[in-house]
Amino acid sequence: MSGPAVQPGTQPGAARPQARPGIARLLLRRPAVVVALAVLAVIVLCAALASVISPYGPEQQDLLHALKGPSASHWLGTGELGLDVFARLVFGGRVTLTVVLIAMVVYLACGVPLGILAGYKGGVFDWLVLKSADVAFAVPSIIVTLAVLAVFSHNETAAMVAFGLLGAPGLARVVRSAAMGVRQELFVRAAITSGLKDGVIILRHVLPRVAGVILVQVSVFAATAVLMETGLGFLGVGTKESSWGSLVGEASRNIGLNPWLLVPSGGIIIVFVLALSTIGDGIRDAAEEAHAAAVVRSPGRRQAPSATQAATAAVTAGQEPTEGALLSVRGLTVTLPMAGRATVTVRDVTFDVMPGEAVGIVGESGCGKSITASALFGMLPGGGRVTAGRVFFDGQDLTKASPAALRAIRGARVGWISQDPISSLDPVYTAGAQVAQVVRLHTGCSRKEAKRRALELFALVRLPDPARVAKSYPHQLSGGMAQRVGIAAALAAKPDIIIADEPTTALDVTVQAEILDLLRDLRAGGTAILLITHNWGLLADLCSRAVVMYAGEVVEESPITPIVRDPAHPYTQALLRSDPHRGRRGQPLPSLEGTVPAPPDWPVGCHFQGRCPLAAAACRTAAVPLVAVAPGRFSRCLLAGQATTVVQAAPAGTGGQDGG
Amino acid sequence: MRQILVRWAVSAIPVLFIVSLLTFLLTALIPGDPGRTILGQTADPDKVAAMNEALGVNRPLPVRYWDWLKGAVTGDLGDSITSSVSVSGQVGDRLAVTLSLIAGAFIVTGLVGVTCGVFSALKGGWLGRLIDGTAMLGMAIPVYWFALVLSMVFAVKLRLFPAIGYTPFSQSPGKWFMGLVLPVMALGLSCAAPVAKQTRNGVLSELGRDYVRALRARGFAERTIIVKHVLRNAAAPIITVLGIVVVGMFGGSVLIENVFAMPGLGGLAVSAAAGQDITTMQGVAVVFTVFVIVVNLVIEVLYALVNPKVRTR
Ligand code: SF4
Repeated sequence: MSGPAVQPGTQPGAARPQARPGIARLLLRRPAVVVALAVLAVIVLCAALASVISPYGPEQQDLLHALKGPSASHWLGTGELGLDVFARLVFGGRVTLTVVLIAMVVYLACGVPLGILAGYKGGVFDWLVLKSADVAFAVPSIIVTLAVLAVFSHNETAAMVAFGLLGAPGLARVVRSAAMGVRQELFVRAAITSGLKDGVIILRHVLPRVAGVILVQVSVFAATAVLMETGLGFLGVGTKESSWGSLVGEASRNIGLNPWLLVPSGGIIIVFVLALSTIGDGIRDAAEEAHAAAVVRSPGRRQAPSATQAATAAVTAGQEPTEGALLSVRGLTVTLPMAGRATVTVRDVTFDVMPGEAVGIVGESGCGKSITASALFGMLPGGGRVTAGRVFFDGQDLTKASPAALRAIRGARVGWISQDPISSLDPVYTAGAQVAQVVRLHTGCSRKEAKRRALELFALVRLPDPARVAKSYPHQLSGGMAQRVGIAAALAAKPDIIIADEPTTALDVTVQAEILDLLRDLRAGGTAILLITHNWGLLADLCSRAVVMYAGEVVEESPITPIVRDPAHPYTQALLRSDPHRGRRGQPLPSLEGTVPAPPDWPVGCHFQGRCPLAAAACRTAAVPLVAVAPGRFSRCLLAGQATTVVQAAPAGTGGQDGG
Repeated sequence: MRQILVRWAVSAIPVLFIVSLLTFLLTALIPGDPGRTILGQTADPDKVAAMNEALGVNRPLPVRYWDWLKGAVTGDLGDSITSSVSVSGQVGDRLAVTLSLIAGAFIVTGLVGVTCGVFSALKGGWLGRLIDGTAMLGMAIPVYWFALVLSMVFAVKLRLFPAIGYTPFSQSPGKWFMGLVLPVMALGLSCAAPVAKQTRNGVLSELGRDYVRALRARGFAERTIIVKHVLRNAAAPIITVLGIVVVGMFGGSVLIENVFAMPGLGGLAVSAAAGQDITTMQGVAVVFTVFVIVVNLVIEVLYALVNPKVRTR
C-alpha cells in the first residue's frame, strides 16, 4: 500500500519519476530551488541535532535576563522566564516538524492510494473521492482541528492527523485526474491489455508518472501544515511543549515589553514556508519545462540572425504617396520580437488601394500578409514595430500618427473583419450589445439609437432574424452568423475601407459564397476592400488587383486578369498551379514543394531561391528589386519579363518537383 | 437559476448532514470513559459521571444524534456542557463580530487583489515582479503574525487604532469602524495574494484573445477594453478563487479574533476547544459549515451571472 516513489521527506528532488529523468536535473538548475533545499536541510538538521548545537535546553531559565534582545550569551534573545529563544527554536522545530511530518504521512497514505484507485479504477472510488472532497472543502480546517482538540485536549498529534485526513481528499482529487490522464496513454493501455496485474501497472507505470503532481501538492500541504501547527500553538490549544507556534504566542503576550520576539518566532515560520513553496513552484515549472522539451524536440534550431537580416533591411522607403489613393503603402518594413530579438518579418512592402477598389494580398501562410495588414493601422502584436517605410491613408502618414489618432481612424474609417468570427466576439456580451457599443463609440448617439442602428446593420448584412441574433451570445451563433455580426460591427461607422483577413476560411462552402456576395455588394456600394487570403478563387471574384507576398516581401503586383492568365513571378506561377480551385479535371494537382522560410532563415538574395526551379547563382548574391514588367505590373525576379519560360520548362505533372 | 439552486441543494444538504454527523461522532471516538478522558485522570468521579450524563453516553448514539438534529433544524444547538449556556444564543451574540470582520476583509482582498493583479498583468517589468514577490511572501506569512506586527506598529507604537476589542455598530459606528480597521486589514491583505495571482493570469490570457484584437480594430480605447471586456471575461475564475479565499477567511478569522481579542465565533471556538466544551464546538462547526455552503451558493450564482455560457445553457 505504501507509495515507493513518494518519500514525505524534505528532498523532493530525490524522488524522481523514472519517465521524466530530466526533472531532478532541471530542478537543480534553478538557483532559488537549490537555496530553498539548502535552507530546509539546515532547519531540519538544526532541529534534529538540537541538543548538540544549542547551548541551552528549551526549559533552562535565566530569570535575570528575561525578555531581552539578542546578546552574546543569548544569540536570539530571551523570552519569558529568560528561556533562550535560539534553544526554543531548534527544540521547538523538533516538535513542530514532527507533527507536520505525521500530518504529511496521513495525507499521503490516504490521498495517494485513493486518488490512484479513483483515476485508474473509477467507479465507487471516483465517487468517494469527489464526495469526500466536497465535505472536506466545506469546513474550515482550523475548526476541525479545534474540534478534535476539544475532545483530545492538547493532543496535537490527533489534531494534525485530522488535518492530514481533511487534506487527503484534495490530494486524491488532483492525483485522480493525473492518473486518469496516464491511464489513457498508449503504453499503459497496452500494459492493461497484455494482462499485467493492476498492482504492477500502478507501481511501475502510474505512480512514477503522477509523482511530480504529488510532490507539488505535498510541498503546498506541508506549508499549510506548518502554518496550522504554529497557529494552534499560537492559540494556546496545541501541544504543551514549546514549539514554533507557542513562541509566537509568547511574542504576542509580550509585544509591549519585547517586540523583538516577533522577529525570530515569525521569521523561522516565514523562511520555512517560503522554502517549501519555492520548491513546490520549482517542481511545477521543471515538470512543465520537461514536458515542453519533450514536445519540441530541438529547441535550439533557431539560428542567429543571418547577415541577410541586416542586408535585406535596406529598403526603398521615402517615396511619395500615389495621387488620389485611399491607401498608399511605401516600403513598409516591420520587425517583431522572435526568440528575444527584433527580427525583420515584413520588408519593403509597397502597394496602393484606390477609393472603392478591392485589392487582395495573397500568399501561403507565414508570408507576412496578416502582419502587413496589422501594421497599417497600428495593430501590431506586442513588441512589433514599423522600422521603415510609410503608410499614407487619405494623404496622412500613419507611421507618424499618435496612438489616439490611429484609434480614431480604426473602426471609424477602417473596418476590420477577422479570420475566426466567433472568437472575435466578446463571449460575455450579446451580439446586439457589441455592435451597439461600436455604433455609440463612433457616433456618440444614445443607447436606444445605437440599438436601433445595430438592428439596421444586422438587416444590412442579411442576418435572417436580426432581433433574435441581437439577443444572442456569441456561443449561440453559427460561424456564418457570427461573421455577419463581425461585418455589421465593421460597417457600424460607414468606413472607407474594410480589411478582411481570411474572412471565409473558417466557414463552410455555402456560407463562404454568401459572405463573398456580401463583400461584393459592399464594394459595389463604394467601400474599398483589402482582402488577405490564400484563396485565388475568392481573390479573383472580389478584387481587381493582387499583391503576391512571399517570405515578407511583395514578389508580384498586378491587375487580376493578367496575373491569373500569365503570372510573371515563379512563385505566383507555382501558387496558381497548386491552387485547388483551379485544378483542371483529370489532371493531378501539382503541389508546391518545400516551406516558406521563417524570417530568421531568409537567405541572401531572392527569398524564393530555395524553391525556385529557375534559381541561378545571381539569385543568391544580392537582394532582388521589385521592377515593372508591364504597365501596372511589377515582379521581384531577376528574370522579370522572361519568366513565362517556367511554364514551358516544367511539363505538366512534374511542375514544382524541383524543391531545390 | 432554478437549476443552480436545485444542484446546490442536492450537494449542500448531504454535506451539512455529514459534517454534523462527523462532529457528533467525535464524542463517540473517545476511547474508554469519555468523561474521564475529557476531565483527566485526577478528576472527581462525580464530575466524570455528570460529564457522561451531559454527553449522553449512556443513551445509544443514533438516539442522541436524532435529538440533536431535531433541535438543530429548529435553530436550537443545545446547551454548553461546561457552562450550560445556550449554544445558539452564544452564536447569535457573536455572529455580527465575525461577519463584520469577514465582510470587511473580503472587500479589502477583492480590491487589493484585483488591482494588483491587473497592474502586474499590464505593467509587467519591475512592478509585476514586485507584486509577484509580495504575493509569494504574503502566502508564507502566518496571518496571526502579520496581525501582531500591524498591531504593534499601528496600535502600540503609533496609537492610531485600538489594539484589542470590538465595539458594536449600534453602540458607536465610529468606534466600530476604528476597531475593525486593523483586523480587517490583517485578514484582507493576507488573503489578497491568490486573488492577485488569478487576476493577473486571467487578464494576461484574455489579452491574447481574438476578441481583444477585434475590439482594438474597432477603435476602442485600451482602458475601455480592459475594464469592460477583459476584466468582465476574467471575472469567472476570479470569483471562483474569491470563493475559496472566503472559506479560508473563516479559518483565518479564528486566529485574527484571538490576536485582537474580538468576541466573535472564532474566539468561541478557541475557548470551546480549550475548555473541552464539545457541544459548543459542534454548534460552531455546523454554523461555519452553513457559512461555507451559503458562500458556495453565492459564488455559483455570481459565476452564472458573469458567464453567459452557464446562464443560457
Ligand atoms: S530571382 Fe531567381 S530565385 Fe528568385 S524567383 Fe527569380 S529566378 Fe527564382
